[in-house]
Amino acid sequence: MSLENSSTLTWFYACKVEDVPANGGVCVKYFDEQIALFRFARRNEWYATQNLCPHRRQMALSRGMTGTQEGEPKVACPFHKKSFSLVDGRCLNDEHECSLNTYPVKVEGDRVYIGIGAGGQNVEVMA
Amino acid sequence: MKIVIIGNGMTSYKFCEKMIAKAAPGAVELVVFGEEPRPAYDRVHLSEFFSGKTAEDLEMVPASWYAEQNITLHLGDPVQQIDRTLKTVHSYKGITESYDYLVLATGSSAFVPPIPGVDKKGVFIYRTIEDLEMMRDFAPKASTGAVIGGGLLGLEAAKALLDLGLKKTHVIEFAPRLMPRQIDEAGSNLLKAKLETLGLEIHTSKSTTNIMGEDTITGLQFADDSILEADMLVISAGISPRDEVARLCGLETGHRGGIVVNDQLQTTDPCIYAIGECALYNGMIYGLVAPGYEMAEVACSHILGTEKAFTGFDMSTKLKLIGVDVASFGNPFAPADQCRTIIFEDTMKGIYKRINVSTDGKYLLGGILIGDADAYNMLLQTAKNKVILPPNPEDLLLGARGGQTEAGAGVLGLPDEATICSCENVSKATICNAVTAGNETLDAVKKCTKAGTCCGGCVPMVKDLITSTMKAQGKYIRNVVCEHFSYSRQELFDLIKIKEVRTFDEALDHYGHGDGCEVCKPVVASILASLWNEMILTKGNDTVQDSNDRYLANIQKGGTYSVVPRVPGGEITPKQLMVIAQVAEKYNLYTKITGGQRIDMFGAHVNDLPLIWEELVAAGFESGHAYGKALRTVKSCVGSTWCRFGLHDSVSFAIQIEQRYRGLRAPHKLKSAVSGCIRECAEAQSKDFGIIATEKGWNLYVCGNGGSKPQHALLLAGDVDSATCIQLIDRFLMFYIKTADPLTRTATWLNKLDGGIEYLRNVVVNDSLGIAAQLEAEMQVLVDNYKCEWKEVVESPELRKRFSHFVNAPEEKDPTIKFDNLREQKKAAEWK
Repeated sequence: MSLENSSTLTWFYACKVEDVPANGGVCVKYFDEQIALFRFARRNEWYATQNLCPHRRQMALSRGMTGTQEGEPKVACPFHKKSFSLVDGRCLNDEHECSLNTYPVKVEGDRVYIGIGAGGQNVEVMA
Repeated sequence: MKIVIIGNGMTSYKFCEKMIAKAAPGAVELVVFGEEPRPAYDRVHLSEFFSGKTAEDLEMVPASWYAEQNITLHLGDPVQQIDRTLKTVHSYKGITESYDYLVLATGSSAFVPPIPGVDKKGVFIYRTIEDLEMMRDFAPKASTGAVIGGGLLGLEAAKALLDLGLKKTHVIEFAPRLMPRQIDEAGSNLLKAKLETLGLEIHTSKSTTNIMGEDTITGLQFADDSILEADMLVISAGISPRDEVARLCGLETGHRGGIVVNDQLQTTDPCIYAIGECALYNGMIYGLVAPGYEMAEVACSHILGTEKAFTGFDMSTKLKLIGVDVASFGNPFAPADQCRTIIFEDTMKGIYKRINVSTDGKYLLGGILIGDADAYNMLLQTAKNKVILPPNPEDLLLGARGGQTEAGAGVLGLPDEATICSCENVSKATICNAVTAGNETLDAVKKCTKAGTCCGGCVPMVKDLITSTMKAQGKYIRNVVCEHFSYSRQELFDLIKIKEVRTFDEALDHYGHGDGCEVCKPVVASILASLWNEMILTKGNDTVQDSNDRYLANIQKGGTYSVVPRVPGGEITPKQLMVIAQVAEKYNLYTKITGGQRIDMFGAHVNDLPLIWEELVAAGFESGHAYGKALRTVKSCVGSTWCRFGLHDSVSFAIQIEQRYRGLRAPHKLKSAVSGCIRECAEAQSKDFGIIATEKGWNLYVCGNGGSKPQHALLLAGDVDSATCIQLIDRFLMFYIKTADPLTRTATWLNKLDGGIEYLRNVVVNDSLGIAAQLEAEMQVLVDNYKCEWKEVVESPELRKRFSHFVNAPEEKDPTIKFDNLREQKKAAEWK
């Protein structure tokens, strides 16, 4: 099991690959944070963002429908269908809306890890 | 070149936006001084601050925008002095900036008439967000409010007081009528009546002479010696241009205020411009935002070297005041000897429409619309472009009677130069050219021309132009699903059926490209359900379902879900009620009876859904599909079993029908009802398909809808027996499912169907297409395949696993979910 703990990024174990639907999202708990983890099996890509939708501040993005807009992966919030790019978190259908925080994801074998920045957490990251 | 802008309101922001768009990058340095502590916000929609919008929501752009555009923005720092010789400005906080050009966009302040007592506590003006915050803090102590000023702003302020929860609000207007500059006396009387039904009391021809009370207001006293008790007052009696800084440095100002400007918006100093409400052009102060934007356009262009002129601005407006449409255009008050008037008044519905026509009957000079302003855009363009009127101009007010008019015919009659979008000044020709050049969707036209991107009022006309331009080119308008599938829903339905596609991935592989999106995924999911009726969460189709279907529940504020068991026909036994009551108490759910004659339980955590349903399923309940674009309910009146008027057993028939079509998915939700006699207690005529008992059998009505544009169902067949009725419903529903566009209710589908109800009756009743047997067979497949999807989840550990909030902590619920209390039950905590 390899774990990186660089000064800027901490990888923590989120879940198994099979726990995540092929083309959808799940919500991952990391201390007090909620992170939405998305899998695009057709493209073999993974993305992660905050679970909180900035529109009405609801913890719902992980339950949204994923897809692409002109090739760019995105998620639509289930409440009011605000769409956000999963690449850089910006809102695609309202330029005045706040952007999402995004997190890097890596998969090793059947385990999925999410990278949390701003190190300095004394944290038990082994699952 | 360096430009300093004094003021950061809407006009100032627009000037910056235009300067950034027009000037070469890096060519212009912009510095803005704003007096208020916030960046520019939408003062026009200020009253929305009390109906849920925050100050941030109202911002034109966030403060970060200015930094991103390299604009220096000083907030809370008004300019106090201009040195025209040295070309510098000095601010309150001590900042000095030089300028090549200076733009004054200082706006106006609320005009406060010199009434004694105006400085008492409880008296407010209605201009800034700070004013509104003070009002909001004071309002809980007040019960009766008053507004001085019955114009646009005064009525907005009155609405604000209503939104703040004051029990009664009075509007005091000095003139004999409301909105004296926009509407006439008859219009004012109608508006007054409408506003009074909304809780406002209107007093016209009232001059306030004194504000009473010790140090807090207790009431108002008027010139006619009458008194009005009030404990909160908003003064909204007009605007006063902010020209102090201009005066101090010797620029010419009007004797009643305002900075004098020429056609290029320059003041008496050619390096200094004035735009917006502080500018005085040809003796007029323009108090609306659209002329302010036009002034910003002219000033900006002129500074950059293009000749443009401001030549005044049409003060036509259309607005929604407390839910009432009010519009005024051209010259609404043309005197009797110069025009003929046509007036339509309906005091029952609260509608007043007046148009002034030239004496030769050729031209529209102006008008007023109250209560129904749908015709505003067309009438405004007709007046502005001097379009010759039809021989019966009253048709403009009443709509064409006798004979069909083609949709959009009005827009086609406009000349090319007609301005369709007045906010962004886009002509008909520009839009049509954009369409011919390949911009065939509303989004594309918006991006290309900017039409429809500001207030949105012109969007219906833009859509009409897109459709008619394409039709004129001979293009067949196909409603393609989205960028991932180049087919209409009808075409995709047939293709999926032919190839027996069973999953979204297969559909993408065969007929689509890319990865899908939140538009096409539910469309395909709906088609699959309507063809095969397989469990929607299996075969990887769960993530393709619309948000609610994915969890077989409706998401509510806060992130909890609602639970609705099916109650066929609205009939329920006491034992069943006890099960629901016990489940609701056990899981602490809020219960409510729905319009569909069943019970809704709110506040369920996603983790609890399988547990709740396990108990409901064990007691014999099934999913009510309240979350799906599916059959909802078949309501009933109690019918012949108990009612002395009942002709047939409507409840039994309703139950039979609901059991037959439960779980059926369609392009949109389906609602039905069965009434036992003509009194129609089940309201069947507002349903997608509704049945009413007659002496001889049943009458079947179709394509009724409720919602924001209610429409009654039309008779499809009369006096049929139960078996025939069901046969016809089978055919009708399958035909709708196969041919409708996505998210189209049956009423909209029928409205768009060539040949309308006649054609539909021919297909369904007379089998004119020869497909009736096929439709019935297809429906039977779905009926035979039905399984309660919640039962399937409850019985499958694999499916149950998905109902958890955290994938890595499935026992934990979402800690951010909060509830409040209301009348012994809970409710979702308010969202911001």
